[in-house]
Parts: sequence; structure tokens; C-alpha cells
Amino acid sequence: MNRLDGNAAAGALADLFHEDLTTATGRCAGCGATAALAEAACYASAMGDVLRCPFCDRVLAVVVAAEGRVRLSLPGLTGVALDD
Amino acid sequence: MRPRAAWHVGTLVESTAETPTARRLVFDVPTWPGNEAGSHLDVRLTAPDGYQASRSYSIASSGPGTRVVLAVDEVPGGEVSPFLVHELRAGDQVELHGPLGAFFVWRPGEDDRPVQLVAGGSGVVPLYAMAAAHEGAGDATPFRLLYSVRRPGNAFFAAELADLAALAGDRLAIDWVYTRRAPDGWPGVPGRLTRDRLAELAIPAAEHPRVFVCGPTPFVEAVAGWLQELGHAFHDIRTERFGGSS
Repeated sequence: MNRLDGNAAAGALADLFHEDLTTATGRCAGCGATAALAEAACYASAMGDVLRCPFCDRVLAVVVAAEGRVRLSLPGLTGVALDD
Repeated sequence: MRPRAAWHVGTLVESTAETPTARRLVFDVPTWPGNEAGSHLDVRLTAPDGYQASRSYSIASSGPGTRVVLAVDEVPGGEVSPFLVHELRAGDQVELHGPLGAFFVWRPGEDDRPVQLVAGGSGVVPLYAMAAAHEGAGDATPFRLLYSVRRPGNAFFAAELADLAALAGDRLAIDWVYTRRAPDGWPGVPGRLTRDRLAELAIPAAEHPRVFVCGPTPFVEAVAGWLQELGHAFHDIRTERFGGSS
């Protein structure tokens, strides 16, 4: 699995939200830290992307694209803030 | 208004050798909305059986034009880069998704703090776009680029960077690190970037620079860690990793 950062997940998330989310910030449910999507760690594979907190490594979000659908789960985020 | 990400069809106009393992690819993208300096796009390839693979590439060009310039280094055994480097010919079309990555961009006039750019290998591509936009805008912000390459022939945009440095005068300084072999007459020994060398060559934390770091994951993580040890704040350091080994 390739260790990247949240910049690499920007395309898959833009397919879902029709926005570039790299500047969107999220709060980690584990350690409470806030970081931009671009600052999160991203583990990329052919299955999809796993985003982890850059401070405590908790899984924040999982993006899986398969069979024409993109599935997103947010198991480790207590809040997300997007630009206007 | 920020250009919005969408899917586009790009037609390859030109492919030229950038380094022994990389090519510079110029695409004509009639629907491209323009892009900010430092942003990236995803290239998606579809096989005859419908299998799709996509990878992110930084954009070397910026501004409102519909010509999009990439510089793609071959990752041996990769799903996308060997095709782009060896197979793609002028007139061929690919799907492009972008522009993406508003976090890792530099905008003229946005912030007058000095800017430190740190690149490893092909990681210089988005930083070159920033330096070119800085020069194009005649922006007064001091820029400094630290560029680590294995050998002189492995440098991306070497001629363009030399031209920018000459044009920009004291607004852009370029410091080179050669990890395997330095040019003849180079006053130093080749070797990997170290924390001490970084401290010597980068704008000090006391000047509160904004720092953009791009390169292979191990390079970016080493540099970002050292920068924090040298007193730079986490949120002042913007990073982009493209995986692989250093």
C-alpha cells in the first residue's frame, strides 16, 4: 500500500462532492486535532483510499470506488468544515 | 473565482524527454478552466476491457490557458506512468480530472511572507509552477528553492529554473543538493539532504516563511520533521507526497 497524503484523495472526493476538498478541515474523533484533508495521511491502493489522522493515526475516512459507485465512510471525524 | 474540478479530454500535443526516465507532456484541453500554480490533476486510463487506473500528477503550468503541461517520471511496474512515458503519442487522448489541490497552491499577492520551496526529484514540478507564476506576476515576495536531485541530468525544468533565477534576481534563490553525483567543479561532496544542510539552506523559522515541500514520501516526511525541529510550525509547512522511495 502506497503512503501518500490527502491530496491524492482529492479526485475521488471531487467526484462525490463536485468540489476540491483539499482545504476542507476535519476534527479527529481520537485526539481532537484539526487538519486539512491535504494534511491527512492517505494509504492508497487499487481498492481505494484510507485517510488517517496525521497526529494519532486514527482512521478518519475511507473512500472506495467500485462498480460505478463511490462509497465514503467517516468513522473517525467529529466535524468537517468546508470553504464557502 | 477558483477554477472548478471537472473531467476533461486532453489531446497530447508534444512529448519530449525531460530526464533519462521522465517526459514532459503538453496537452491541449479545450475545456480546461485554467489552474492555480501548484495544483494537480488525475489522469485516468481505460483499458479495452474497461479496467480503469488513475494517478495524480502535478501541473507544471498555471494561469488561464488551455495548454496543460505535466512532467511524468516513470515508476517501473506502475499502471499509468509507463504508458504515459513510453506509449502516448501526439494526437492521443486521455481523461483528465482537475484542477485539484487548492491547499497546495501559491497565489500572487495573497501573503507577503517569504516562501521556501523544497523539492525532491520530480517533486519540483508544482514548485516550478509556483516559481514561474511568481516571476510572471512580478511578485515581490522572496522565494527560495532547495532542489535535491541524484545527478545534474536528473533535474526537471533545469533550463527554465536557471532562466527564472536570472530574471528574478534576488527575488528567487536556488540551492541544489546532489545526492549521487555533483556537476564538475561543484564545491562540495554529493550526499543526501540532512537536517544541518536544510538549516543552512532554508529560510530560517524566525522569518516565518510559508514552506511548500514536494517529493517522494520518505523525503517529504524527513524534511517536514526537520523543519518542525528547526522551529517551523506544522501548519506553515504544506506538503505533497507522491509515494515511492527516495
